[in-house]
Amino acid sequence: MLPIIGTSGGDLPGQNSETYGSGEARARARVDQTGVDRPRNASGIACHMPVTNGRYESAMVLKTADHTPEGELIEGLRRGDQAAFTWLVDTYSPSLKRLALAFVSLDAVAEEVVQETWLAVLTGIGRFEGRSSLKTWLFKILTNRAKTRAVREKRTVGFSELGPEDGGGPAVSPERFLPADHPSFPGHWSSPPHPWSVVAEEAVLRRETMEVLRRGLENLPRSQRAVVMLRDVEGWPAHEVCAALELSEANQRVLLHRGRSRLRSILETYFAEDA
Amino acid sequence: MAPSSDTDWQKHMGDDTVEEMACQELVEVITDYLEGTLSKSDRARFDAHLATCPGCREYLEQMRTLIRLNGSLTAKSIEPATRDSLLRAFRRWRDSQTQL
Repeated sequence: MLPIIGTSGGDLPGQNSETYGSGEARARARVDQTGVDRPRNASGIACHMPVTNGRYESAMVLKTADHTPEGELIEGLRRGDQAAFTWLVDTYSPSLKRLALAFVSLDAVAEEVVQETWLAVLTGIGRFEGRSSLKTWLFKILTNRAKTRAVREKRTVGFSELGPEDGGGPAVSPERFLPADHPSFPGHWSSPPHPWSVVAEEAVLRRETMEVLRRGLENLPRSQRAVVMLRDVEGWPAHEVCAALELSEANQRVLLHRGRSRLRSILETYFAEDA
Repeated sequence: MAPSSDTDWQKHMGDDTVEEMACQELVEVITDYLEGTLSKSDRARFDAHLATCPGCREYLEQMRTLIRLNGSLTAKSIEPATRDSLLRAFRRWRDSQTQL
């Protein structure tokens, strides 16, 4: 494979940063955030890697450090290629910040944690051996820093000890079901969900709907928010979320369930008001 | 809960030994279902219930819609000032590297 970094754009004055698509790649990253079937690498992060013509293409696989654009990015960083660094910062900072906010409460603190992470990448890149992917390494640094800050914020309790943080109530209010002693249909819907398709056809596409969802997500208990964010919003597989948040598989599922159930109910209420 | 004797859903089940899944149970195991971690027998009960219950089919559909919508939430990136300061830090780092 031809070296990617510093070839096409790097030879042209003033175009170096465009090699990593400071404009185009970021625009594409934004577009891809809105698509459901955006490509994911093995770790579930949507990836947009440079190709040799200097433009960006989505790559499905970003597994091994050698022979991949990732390996070339690492080499670029070591060589001091600013375009490589810029590309990484623009590509991964939103996800890093979102993960940071799972640990710390203040936006400004999350911002600092992301900044510290990138500075740690610079001081550590020389020693980075590529045993894990760059992304895994990156998120590991972030997680460690964020935890340190969380301790300083006196949020010393780990996710696993927190439980669902909402008393573990039911996914749907018991009032929506027939009582357990009902002669024919115990525990069946007395008030079944109204089909969303009727009201939601256009509503799901509306900006306001997404705002309702975003607010709902932000207001979820911290541990639920972290899991739903990483699983559904970032698209991480379960085992990576467990590793990052130090959760058991079962605990992770409970938090995901609680969070999703709460969000569904928020949307249901919103669509009901809308109808 | 004990299955009652004369209900439509039991006819659909065709197996009196398996306890039918109630809607209230279904909404609690739906994530296990979607995650593929439900036991084989519970999965069969889930599917059997789904086949007879429009309310639960709608519920499952809503969960899938929710997951899809979650996936389209965009992330806020770092502040432009943070980005600028990172790029400055990068240049300082690069310059210190070349001096070594």
